[in-house]
Parts: sequence; structure tokens; C-alpha cells
Amino acid sequence: MQSTLVALVEDKPGVLTRVASLFRRRNYNIESLTVGHTENPGVSRMTIVVDSSRTNVEKVAQNLYKLVNVIKVEDVTEQPTVLRDLALIKVQADGGSRRSEIMQLVDTFRARVVDVALDSLMVEVTGTEDKIDGLVDVLRPYGIIEMVRTGRVAMARGKSGNGHK
Amino acid sequence: MKKTGAEIVWAMLEHEGVEVAFGIPGGTIMHTYHPRRHYGVHHVLVRHEQCAAHAADGYARASGKVGVAIATSGPGATNLVTGIATAMMDSSPIVCITGQVSTPVIGTDAFQEVDITGITLPITKHNYLVADVEELAEVIHEAFYIARSGRPGPVLIDIPKDVQQKSTEFEYPDDDVDLPGYHPVGKGDADLVAKAAQLINQAERPVILAGQGVMMSGAMDLLRAFAEKTDTPVAFTLLGKGGFPESHPLALSLMGMHGEVFTNRAIQQADLLLGFGMRFDDRVTGRLDAYAPFAQKIHVDMDAAELNKVVKADVAIHGDLRQVLEQLLPLTLPNEHAMWLERIAEWRAQSHKRDIINRPENGHLVAAHFINEIWEATEGQAVVVTDVGQHQMWAAQYYPTSYPRQFITSGGQGTMGFGLPAAIGAQIARPDKEVWLIAGDGGFQMTMHDLATIVQERLPIRIAISNNHYLGMVRQWQEFFYDKNYEATRLLNPDFVKLAEAYGIPAWRAKNRRQAREAIAAARACNGPALIDFEIANTGDEANVYPMVPAGAALHEMIERPTYVATDYKSLTSHQVEQVPVMDTVLA
Repeated sequence: MQSTLVALVEDKPGVLTRVASLFRRRNYNIESLTVGHTENPGVSRMTIVVDSSRTNVEKVAQNLYKLVNVIKVEDVTEQPTVLRDLALIKVQADGGSRRSEIMQLVDTFRARVVDVALDSLMVEVTGTEDKIDGLVDVLRPYGIIEMVRTGRVAMARGKSGNGHK
Repeated sequence: MKKTGAEIVWAMLEHEGVEVAFGIPGGTIMHTYHPRRHYGVHHVLVRHEQCAAHAADGYARASGKVGVAIATSGPGATNLVTGIATAMMDSSPIVCITGQVSTPVIGTDAFQEVDITGITLPITKHNYLVADVEELAEVIHEAFYIARSGRPGPVLIDIPKDVQQKSTEFEYPDDDVDLPGYHPVGKGDADLVAKAAQLINQAERPVILAGQGVMMSGAMDLLRAFAEKTDTPVAFTLLGKGGFPESHPLALSLMGMHGEVFTNRAIQQADLLLGFGMRFDDRVTGRLDAYAPFAQKIHVDMDAAELNKVVKADVAIHGDLRQVLEQLLPLTLPNEHAMWLERIAEWRAQSHKRDIINRPENGHLVAAHFINEIWEATEGQAVVVTDVGQHQMWAAQYYPTSYPRQFITSGGQGTMGFGLPAAIGAQIARPDKEVWLIAGDGGFQMTMHDLATIVQERLPIRIAISNNHYLGMVRQWQEFFYDKNYEATRLLNPDFVKLAEAYGIPAWRAKNRRQAREAIAAARACNGPALIDFEIANTGDEANVYPMVPAGAALHEMIERPTYVATDYKSLTSHQVEQVPVMDTVLA
């Protein structure tokens, strides 16, 4: 079981270290963690995916609150939420039919080819982890040279913001 | 007005009400020391930075104010670490100021450079590396606010040398702090408080578990009013000692691993436990699945992360204990639990019979004796500071307290070496009080170099060494659980009397109860510090702390105090101390 937490934190030096150190110290199992800017200068947003079968999610939130720089923590697992992951995948494609087969798969997954070389293609895909896993599975037989994934970002649906005024 | 970073440090310490700072100067902090004499903060030069942190901690615990420690970069800063971890575990408000190498050379492995904010990140409530002198005043103001508010704790401020040297336009920051993510809790949720009141009014066998939070929130009077109104007995944690007068008819005793049998029995038989400002530490609960099986649990704590962490509470209230008790009191009905209290009184009488203090005189000195003698001589009014180990448990058992912040001890971290420097801080915080340090011979030797600080500051601390020539608590565990294999626990000690005299501290040795009484009287008659080396029994059941819940056992599965009849004293020699050589006889 996975749970998704969204944390708003002050954009100050060392905040990511503080959060990472907390997870290590309390022996929490974290699947992914992403950080980025928000609509508010001075506030960063973290999306934290926790393996809730091994880690008490409520305790994660309560301990995050103990960090002085953490402003707000919300468990969005049970809320209607848009979850997205982004991947860049470099696949072997040395001409011939393989290249067009890959292009077709990419279309099916609504992904895009963002770089073309003589013997490879770079694919960009956005979506839920399931969707990306699906594309990775069908691309694997062609030979994945390199891959990077951003980890999950999340935002609750509807008008209400998770904002910090 | 323009001020240098160094001057801002002292101006801000003054502004925060700091009277005293403990520290040692060095390369990167000298610049801050330079203008100190123009400001009203007394500096206590200690002999090791660990003692600066412990002394600041002892000062904080005795006074309720924030303690301050200062050290240079590198080894000066790392020497603070044990003291910071100790303060963190026991929620003690201290601010540590460290020098750092100049900002242009940070990260170059410069001389005496260490990443102290990185090192102390998991053991501080918060820490700062000040990159710009413009931030310094605000950072110091925030640091003090964070250290003392909410669940208190240590805060470290690392100040590079060039930041100390640079000047800026200085004004005192506003009282308000800009911390969008930091909001200490106040009242408890009204519905939960009402639910708690309902459980309290229905309870037949309630027990209050009073922790340090009682004193931190200033809830002593309210706790007493609550206990009296609801007729509920009060057990306390090691750090909760002092939150409820132990002479009160509703007072039980220390709970947990070395708590009295009657108290642990009451907890195990209770139908309602009220955890007030405590955290169900493993030393308090014993084996968890057998802990207080009949009891519903109400847990009030200011730190939400403590609720349902160890023990699942039926009602968990996140709030400041004082405010929650204010909410709770009007909702509770006056009650009487005569039958329950009578049952506890019967258990108490059984425990009392086994108490070593009531054994007939047999010529041996045990720690319970001399601690009891100190208690009697000081009429129970001294501030008692302990180190960590057997003597610490004996002090908790045999020096009943009557007022808050009277018993100062390292609980969560169990830091040996804490006692002597913490006593320095406590005596400075409470010049009006007689301060007794009770330390074991092992822990005393971890920080005894700061005897020099005691003399230098003319502090009238009375030092009682509970000397059994062993790392006694480890020895006890070896006896019980490691086949009596006393590996690495026997101590070759210096002559503590001569040692004290080398520092100009008058000292005595006591080997029996009469000598103990006389030495205590002589030590109390001194104007300045005094030391007594109590040579206590170190074999047989007299050498061990009872009662004891072995690790992994349930709270009711205690090893009770042996009855004195069970020991065949005739077979023992007249003096029970196993002879262990003193250092100068070894060298001779």
C-alpha cells in the first residue's frame, strides 16, 4: 500500500536534508520524494510517497510537523487527486521496422519522442506510475539504454488549494 | 547603532535575559569572546565542552530558563554533541553557539572545520548556520523562542568567524518571530476533553502517570487539584519526579523498571491510566503487550508525535497539559476511590517491609543509607543532581522531592558524566539552594576534570560519590543476565579524597552509617564545595538495585527486594566491600 503526502516547506537551505534525515532517523520507508517551487516564492512543495504497509503515515506527518521549516502536511491518498510521474527513456532503435514499431507504441501511450539519434530514440512520457511502468515494459525488449523518472507529484482536484497564504 | 557580529551575540543574549553562559574559547569563537566584558553576561570557563552543554542543561532544568553553551569550531563543537543529545532526549531548552571557519573557506576542510549543523541536525530541535551578519540578531531571537516554547529542546547556532567580525546596523528584533510552520499547541480538542472527563468520572481504579510535562507546562498546582478532586493516585516517571509532592497521601512512587512494586502493581491493575506529559518510554512500560491490560488510556502531550507512538490511547489529547487540565477540571466530578487506595496501601506496606532502609544495622553501608541520611540532613529541601547508573535509581527511590525542578537527572539518553557539570549549572541557577551531586565512581570519572570549574566559581556543591568500585549497573546486569561474568566492569579508582584535596576541596571517606552521618554533617558545615567518598557494599543483594523489571518482562513480573532474613549475614565478613586496589597502591 502506498500513501501520498504533500508537504509545504519553507524554501531555506538544508530543508531537504532535514526531511531526508528525519526519514532515515525514524526508519521510515519512503518510495519517492520530489521537491519543487510553488506559486508562493519562499515556499517549496514536496510530494512524498510512503509504503504504508511498513510505515505509519500519521507518524510521518506528525514528525514532519516537528521540523520548524515544515508549514503544512496533507495526506492526499484518500482524496480525488491528480498523480503524475514523468520519465525520459532512451531506447535502442537502429533503423528499420524497430524504429516505427517504437513510434507506434509511443503514440499509443500518448508519449512523445523528444530526441532522435542514428541508433536510438529518447521518449518522454507523463502519467501515473502504472502507465509509465506499462510503457517501460513494452519498450524493454527493444533495449533500454538509459532511463530517468522524476517520482510522483500530486495535486488534489477541484478549486480548494493546499496553499500557504 | 553599528555593531559587529560578536557584539550582537552578547547584546542579544542580554536581550533574551541570559545571565550566564558556559564555554571554552578557541580560534573561530575568540572574536565573539573579545567584547564579552562590556555586557552583563557572566561566562563560566569549563574544562571540556561536553561540560558546557551539560552545565547549560543543568541550569535550564533547575531554573526553567534557557541555558547557553559556547564552543569553538571543530573539536570544540563536536565535544558538545553528547550534551546536545542529552538535552534533546529530555526536552531541555539550551542554545549552543559555535564558531565556524570563515564563509569563504567553508567546505575546504579548513583548520578546525567541521559541519556541526549537519552533525547536530538529528539531535537539535532546530539549528542554524548564519551566512550573513544581517540575519544574526533575528536568528538568535528565533533560537531562544524555539528552544523554550512548545516541547522545549536544544538549538544550535553556528557563526562563521567573518560573520562575527563584520559590522551592521543593529536594532533589537520585534518580539514576534516569523516562523510560518511553528505553532506550539495550546488547548486540547473540546470533544476529546469531554470524552476524557467521562472516562475519568466512570473509573474505579485510576492512576495518573505524571511526566516532566507537568513541570514544563507549570501544571503542578492543577495536577494536585485534579488528583485531589478525583481521588486519583499519582505515579511519576524519572523526569516527572518533583511534579507532585511525594509526601502527599495520593503520591505513589517512581514507576517502571526500578519503580516500587506497589506502584507497578497499581498500574497493572488499573482500569484507567492518565498519561500526563510523559511518553511511555520502554523503561516505563516493560513488555508492551502485557502493559496495563485492564486499563483504558488517556494520553495528554504537547507533542502530537508522542501520541499513539508506543501505547495506543483511547483518548489522545494534543495540548498543553496546563490548559488541558484547566479544561478538564470543571468537567470532572468529585470522587472517592477508597477501596482502590486501600488496596494500594496494602501493597505499599508489603514493599515497605522489604525496604533495605528498614533492615537492621549490620555494619555495611549501602547507597540507600547515605542518600536517606542526606535527605534527613537537608530536610528534603536540597536540589539533587545525579549521574547515571545504580546510584541514580537509588537517589530517585530514597530522596523524595517536594518541589518542581528539585531532581535533575539524565533520563532518556542516560548520559554518564552528566551529573557534575549539570550540578554546576543547577547551583548557578539556584544559589539559594543546597545542591547535592550524587554520582557513581564510574560516571564521576567521566567529567571529574570540571572539579576545577566548581572551585573557580566558588560553588558550594556537595558531592557524594557512591563508590562500589564497579560500573555498578552493568555489573548488576552481568550478575543477573550474563552468568556473573563481570567483564570490564571492575574499576581501578584514584583516591577520591586525595583527588578532591588536590583541587582544594575538603573531602571525607565513609564506610558505615555512622561515618556517613558524620561526613554529611561535616560537608554541610563547609562554606564551599565538599566531597564524600561513600564506600558502599558491592557484593550480594546489597549491591543491586531493587525492585527490577528485567528487560523484556511485564511490569508485574518484578524481581522484588530480597528480604533481609533471606541473606545469611553471618557468613559475610565484617566489611562487605570486596577489596579493590586504589591507584597509588598499584603503582607503589
